Amino acid sequence: MPILETIGLEKRFGGILAAANVNLSVEKGARHALIGPNGAGKTTVINLLTGVLKPTAGRIMLEGRDITDAAPHQRVRLGMARTFQINQLFLDLTPLESIGLVISERLGTGADWWRVVGSMSAVTGEIVEIVERFRLADVMHERTATLPYGKQRLLEIALAFACRPHVLLLDEPAAGVPEAERHELLATIEALPAEVTVLLIEHDMDLVFSFADRISVLVNGALFVDGAPEDVARDPRVKAVYLGEELDA
Amino acid sequence: MAETPAAASPTPVLADDIAAYLRRRARWSPLEIAFWIFAFASIWLFPDKYLILKDTAILALFALSLDLILGYAGIISLGQAAFFGVAGYFSGLVAKYGLINEPVIALVCSGLVAAAFGFVTSFLVLRGSDLTRLMVTLGVSLMLGEVANRYANITGGADGLQGVDIAPVLGRWSFDLYGHNGYVYCLIVLFVCFVIARRIVYSPFGLSLRSVKGNPLRAAAIGIPVKWRLVAIYTIAAGFAGIAGALLTQTTAFCSLDVFSLERSADLLLVLIIGGTGYLYGGLIGAVIYKFLQDWIATLTPQYWQFWIGLVLVVIVLVGRERVEGAIAAARGFLARLGDRLWTRIRPRSAALGGATDGR
Amino acid sequence: MLTIVFDGVAYGMLLFVLACGLSVTLGLMNFINLAHGAFAMAGGYCTVILVNRLGVPFVLGVPIAFLVTALLGGLFERTLYVHVYARPHLDQVLFTIGLVFMSVAAVDYTMGSSQRFVQIPDALQGQFDVFGIGMGKYRLLIIAVCGLLTVALQLILAKTRFGSRLRAAVDDQRVARGLGINVGAVFGVTFAVGSGLAGLGGALGAEILGLDPTFPLRYMIYFLIVVTVGGTSSIVGPFFASILLGIGDVAGKYYVPTLGAFVIYAIMIVVLIWRPQGLFARSTAR
Repeated sequence: MPILETIGLEKRFGGILAAANVNLSVEKGARHALIGPNGAGKTTVINLLTGVLKPTAGRIMLEGRDITDAAPHQRVRLGMARTFQINQLFLDLTPLESIGLVISERLGTGADWWRVVGSMSAVTGEIVEIVERFRLADVMHERTATLPYGKQRLLEIALAFACRPHVLLLDEPAAGVPEAERHELLATIEALPAEVTVLLIEHDMDLVFSFADRISVLVNGALFVDGAPEDVARDPRVKAVYLGEELDA
Repeated sequence: MAETPAAASPTPVLADDIAAYLRRRARWSPLEIAFWIFAFASIWLFPDKYLILKDTAILALFALSLDLILGYAGIISLGQAAFFGVAGYFSGLVAKYGLINEPVIALVCSGLVAAAFGFVTSFLVLRGSDLTRLMVTLGVSLMLGEVANRYANITGGADGLQGVDIAPVLGRWSFDLYGHNGYVYCLIVLFVCFVIARRIVYSPFGLSLRSVKGNPLRAAAIGIPVKWRLVAIYTIAAGFAGIAGALLTQTTAFCSLDVFSLERSADLLLVLIIGGTGYLYGGLIGAVIYKFLQDWIATLTPQYWQFWIGLVLVVIVLVGRERVEGAIAAARGFLARLGDRLWTRIRPRSAALGGATDGR
Repeated sequence: MLTIVFDGVAYGMLLFVLACGLSVTLGLMNFINLAHGAFAMAGGYCTVILVNRLGVPFVLGVPIAFLVTALLGGLFERTLYVHVYARPHLDQVLFTIGLVFMSVAAVDYTMGSSQRFVQIPDALQGQFDVFGIGMGKYRLLIIAVCGLLTVALQLILAKTRFGSRLRAAVDDQRVARGLGINVGAVFGVTFAVGSGLAGLGGALGAEILGLDPTFPLRYMIYFLIVVTVGGTSSIVGPFFASILLGIGDVAGKYYVPTLGAFVIYAIMIVVLIWRPQGLFARSTAR
């Protein structure tokens, strides 16, 4: 059974069909990439999956459970977390505070108003692990707003990872990251644990083909091709969509 | 690009470092301790100023309640006066009709009533833009004023609630014209509420509020039930505002319609602008400065003091609230560092952990 | 009962003339001008001075009040408001509340705190009896003038070049600028006219609404209700909102006197819960 599945997912904005009959199926532990030309609807699909948008038709199943009507924060509790294409960070908090916040929310102490932040050693231990995994140790006490973009991007992923999701949705993680900082980012993504399923949206084909074990191609809101990387790379229709005469590519 | 070394050996040090940092963050700084020592010392230092000090303490608590929702959760409200007034009338009525005679119990009950009212109206501020929130909160406040006016047979209407008789606190200390007991009472209540607010702000809940204020989209995306957190802090803040209102009624044995007025809400915003939001002491410091300003201007032009308050507001905005806040933050930072240097000189052993404490 | 509807409509149209400037300002520049009521007050007092003290005929006094207030609005806009456009809403609120406080105190100082009445010409006193409905002559005048103004405003918006520039700028400021529309000038003129209309409303409404230095504070909430319920993307929205509120307020005060003004606050809260962007606004969030 796939860990994440959409059945006939559709989203209309007035007369525009942003997502049409999308049947996406992500296997557990997969490294699944979602690619497509600009405007194909990739971020719309992510927004539908995470509950930011409500579908006009179709259902979303996470680990066999129908989450179509669940609120965004509930989906996080159920094991699905995401990053944003444009960083959505807590600019006035430090990475330490942001990561600590996510962990304490996950452990259920988020509503605790009497305890002092930092008094739970379980939380502290986990903060350390994540800060090191995402190479933020040297900047963890600085206000997020002052961090270099590459570090911010790492923090963006760290926050989603700290939710300990079963499924992690990465929305163009390498977008805008300068060449000098890409290596760190890509290495971090490669090092994500095998038990976390990753659905990746990306334009960077090097990253996609080195990382993914399965690729879905979205064009004009519809799933175009779905298969192993080698098959997708060879598929003449995909080449036509990206390189060929398609006017809206 | 520095590579972080292997996880094994530095981890314990990093963990300790983080734990120590977080504990230090919530510790009372020397400046804070000095502030409260001075505040309580004022009981003996300024015996002829009890009445204005008491008003300042009440205003400080009222401003603290607004800081909780504005400075920490980002909710713009012109309606804290609603909770101030509801509890004000409640505490007056229970005293007048002998329903609750002990002032402390009445105070707590008034706070709970205001909090309940806050809970019920909280869903109104969750939806819509800043303008909608301003409108709705102001509307609720003015509406309550109308209700209080119409039911003048209960509330005393425009004349105010008369015949309120407050029993001595804990059976011993009665409120007199000199205001000594009244001030001590208000100061203690302010301190207790402040400690609670401080605990809230340094807790995971408080941190989640700041995240909601900074980026509600991301807050929801990391699993925070944004709506319920906002309802919770709005309710708590309403309770604090209510306690402030009840304090006013209890120490003056009077309550009138102006508790619901726009002027009261606007003055409150001014207090927070002067003092700064988001660090808890803004309301307290702002209240002191505001009262001092009011006292000074009132001696110059008692009738048209509203003009000068308006001018202050206009000037602050034109100069730039960020510049005013920046200047205040710079002054605070300077004083905080000064306090730390003095403190480490007095107690060199605790300097081992070093570094500035809560210097935000 | 129909008299109440008639009075309510008169009241509502007056509210509309008073509040439409505020609605356009908010929709155009996303600027919350709580001091709008101060311009209305200025118009009222201007008419009082002109008609009562200087003996200017009523029919002249009112248009002059419009012009004076419009000039005042334009002046304030260029010198003060322009510095606050880019600020967050809280700053705008504080700024305009500060202006309100200053204007209230200033008027109190110069004109005294008692309520002032405009000497209405004899021709406008009394009422007509039409099919058993008592129609006050003065209220009839208000309905006529405000009705004409509404039609004129709608025509200007829909048929003139200025109107289309204004609508474009309200819809999307950046794109409008990109098309070469001088948004600053559009706003300056609009603000001045809006303030002038407020002054006109204050002049006409002094009799009905009660003119004293606390006028801006008392009526601010009414204007804001019109704007939030009616939305800011058209003139039609605030128009119907004003009529609704006018009738609601008059009927409420007549039928349920103990809770008179309570009715309109309740209407506002109910509407804002149901549709936070206003009854008549587009559903796209701003």
